[in-house]
Amino acid sequence: MQVIYSDALVIGGGLAGLRAAIGMKRRGHDPIVLSLVPPKRSHSAAAQGGMQASLGNTIKGEGDNEDVHFQDTVRGSDWGADQDVARMFVNTAPKAIRELAAWGVPWGRVRGGDHESVIDGKKVTLTEKKEAHGLIAARNFGGTQKWRTCYVSDGTGHSMLYTMSNQAIAENIPVVERAEAISLIHDGERCHGAIVRCLITGELTAYVAKATCIATGGFGRIYRTSTNAVINEGIGAAIALETGIAKLGNMEAVQFHPTGIFPAGILVTEGCRGDGGLLLDNKEHRFMPDYEPEKKELASRDVVSRCMETHIARGNGVQSRFGEHLWLDIRLLGKKHIEGKLREVKEICEYFLGVDPIKQLIPVRPAQHYSMGGVRTDYTGQSPTLKGLFSAGESACWDMHGFNRLGGNSVAETAVAGMIVGETMSEYLESDAGDIKVSTALVKDFLTKQEKELAGYANSKGNRNPFHVIREMQETMSKDVAIFRSEDRLNAAIEKLTELQRQVADIKVNSSAKGANPELMAAYRAPKMLKLALCVAQGALQRTESRGAHFREDYPLRDDANWLNRTLASWKEGDELPSLEYEQLDVKTMEYPPAWRGYGAKEWKEHPETAARQAEVDAVKEKLSDRFAIQNELMPYEHKLPELLRSRNERLGEKEGQ
Amino acid sequence: MSNTIPAKNVEVARKLKFNIYRHNPKDENSKPFFQTYEIDEADSMTLFIALSEIRENLDPTVQFDFVCRAGICGSCAMLVNGRPKLACRTLTKDLPSEVTLAPLPGFELIGDLSVNTGKWMRNMSEHLETWIHNKEKENFNVIEERMDPDKAEEIYELERCVECGCCIAACGTAQMRNDFVGAVGINQLARFSIDPRDDRDDAKFYEVLGTDEGVFGCMTLLGCDDMCPKELPLAQQIAYMRRKMAKAEV
Repeated sequence: MQVIYSDALVIGGGLAGLRAAIGMKRRGHDPIVLSLVPPKRSHSAAAQGGMQASLGNTIKGEGDNEDVHFQDTVRGSDWGADQDVARMFVNTAPKAIRELAAWGVPWGRVRGGDHESVIDGKKVTLTEKKEAHGLIAARNFGGTQKWRTCYVSDGTGHSMLYTMSNQAIAENIPVVERAEAISLIHDGERCHGAIVRCLITGELTAYVAKATCIATGGFGRIYRTSTNAVINEGIGAAIALETGIAKLGNMEAVQFHPTGIFPAGILVTEGCRGDGGLLLDNKEHRFMPDYEPEKKELASRDVVSRCMETHIARGNGVQSRFGEHLWLDIRLLGKKHIEGKLREVKEICEYFLGVDPIKQLIPVRPAQHYSMGGVRTDYTGQSPTLKGLFSAGESACWDMHGFNRLGGNSVAETAVAGMIVGETMSEYLESDAGDIKVSTALVKDFLTKQEKELAGYANSKGNRNPFHVIREMQETMSKDVAIFRSEDRLNAAIEKLTELQRQVADIKVNSSAKGANPELMAAYRAPKMLKLALCVAQGALQRTESRGAHFREDYPLRDDANWLNRTLASWKEGDELPSLEYEQLDVKTMEYPPAWRGYGAKEWKEHPETAARQAEVDAVKEKLSDRFAIQNELMPYEHKLPELLRSRNERLGEKEGQ
Repeated sequence: MSNTIPAKNVEVARKLKFNIYRHNPKDENSKPFFQTYEIDEADSMTLFIALSEIRENLDPTVQFDFVCRAGICGSCAMLVNGRPKLACRTLTKDLPSEVTLAPLPGFELIGDLSVNTGKWMRNMSEHLETWIHNKEKENFNVIEERMDPDKAEEIYELERCVECGCCIAACGTAQMRNDFVGAVGINQLARFSIDPRDDRDDAKFYEVLGTDEGVFGCMTLLGCDDMCPKELPLAQQIAYMRRKMAKAEV
């Protein structure tokens, strides 16, 4: 039995995992990072449009600060977010972006003076302040009051990931590439590391660590049509679930991105709409103002996606041999803008569609995009039920996104959560809680169990192709657990998924080839992915309301009276379905009590305590004038941040307290 | 709507014949050979779709690497009829009906079409120190250092490299000497050399680039420049760094 010991095991080499590892290394600990692929190939690289941080440097970002970013994030979440976490996030985002600037990200910069822009379909001239020249610029994105999305052309994730990965190399952090954690080692109370399969040799190794962090990204590949990379199969979240002790939060909250190119499902950035692009139907009519007069194309993603699907259902879709779609029109932005700030979009259109977006329309339809759910953690990033297990980034339900994430808040979360969790894991390692007493017998048990399971697929008497099981699961999810949900369809989906789960026993791996063995990989991933799919479907069935991206046709209203809570899913070994329980959100302690989002549905069922809390909030705002004092009075959170990240953020022209 | 369009659902345009390089270096009995698979071509079929279909329906053992399948991550570079390309954004309609696929040369073979570019790139990065060298301690609480907007764009132009390895596969020197840092490495140092945040001077870059493993190993065959899927100005960057290094020497 090969055992490798370290202070911390970070599973996942994208932005969140690498940043957490850097934080621990800087505090004198020795983390090891595992990555399915070379870290620079992580899905973080695909984030095109940008990262939200309230720097307020541009003229359209003037007056932006943590408070405005906080409000947008909570509203975007449809009040499903943990408001403490949202506060911790907005305070750290400017630090994250400035740190990345110092490490080498070539953020787009403000050019003082006049420049042309497109707002609401019209050309306008904006005049940037001279004193802001050379500071980090920002573009517009959906669901935000200010232009807050900082960018590097439309290769923001690429630049951030290369910089982060290079920084990890500079700090001498070992990254084990092509390694997959397939089971967590634990004693029922505490996590001790993971059993890891080498995707080059096929060998299993036990990685024993004092603290373990899951930073494996989302699980979009449980859907057939997804903008996610093919590695986003959610195995990190699944192995946490399979402990039976760690829980997953809000798995039914799955975001669909309005502009997946059709039919491939490859993403074109929200920056297209942020920079002024429009959505058109089969008559080339701009339909978004008909549904959403307030924010039009720039409402939040759940709202725009639903409007698009509704518009198609009403017979306004463009017919094609693969089905129906709508158009994205960025022609009005002009050649220079498209070739400069939307070059990746142009390349994708040319290579995958044979379309030149400078002159032609882009066929689009919503596609699965983001997993708001994941490993439930407390504000420190640690699982409340399985000690020593942390999670950061998309794999976590930390939970700043609630039921809908705003564009530009995900790469921001990766860097920010990486900073926070790197610190909280360090604190854990330095405390008595960090000490481990793990028996090699326990480690051996976990290793042997995995060896047996893997060997089982080769000795199976059945003859089921694992790729086909996965495909059927994906088709079921895309058909019945997608943008519009209802009791009938969810029940049908659960029945199908449960049947597929039984068929897992019939999966046969024909090849015993040494090495990576892609057939075996599909075989052991299939049951894990099915468990996640069932958590999504079951959570969606039980939640009889509509909130953010979770929309029930049979329960169209947001129901704060009954559902202002977070779904927790756990899985007992041998069960066919997850066990669900609910964690209440406390209106009485919210800094921002539930209200209308400013776009989308104007009705909801109110929580009985909302009005009283709103009155308290109004009274505090009446009494105090300093924004920090108001904030602190309503919902003190600073003590929850690691010491390193507590300071205030400096802004151009901002005076203390305004 | 589907990410992988099953060929059976559409009108058949052509039968495609794929000759795929097969070899498992972990198996001492494995000898390299080309295995042939036939599938029906579909509309907008990419090599990602074709290879996924082969693996899902014809042969589950074929090894290849895709991650983003959108031309962004650089995982899927391979030789397509002898030329290094990103397979995910290569449309079958642009290829003849018989296609030969082989792994990129110049990298350790993992199996079939899969090679270990990650190991190569990490070595290169450690050797050249491809990160910002800055002695000043960063303070993320205060307003960021200013940078000229044109300079930021100029840096991003060179930073668009996805480390796919096509330039190494297309490089005469890299095929002859495995310590050559290649266009990918030289371009990355060119990126840091124009970045005002990096303290290193030409003499410092000379230590790692002023050798035959660096800029003086280049034979100017321009394969890197021809084959870069991101159309980076690699030949220009090599010439630029070579000129700087030649000056730094005197």
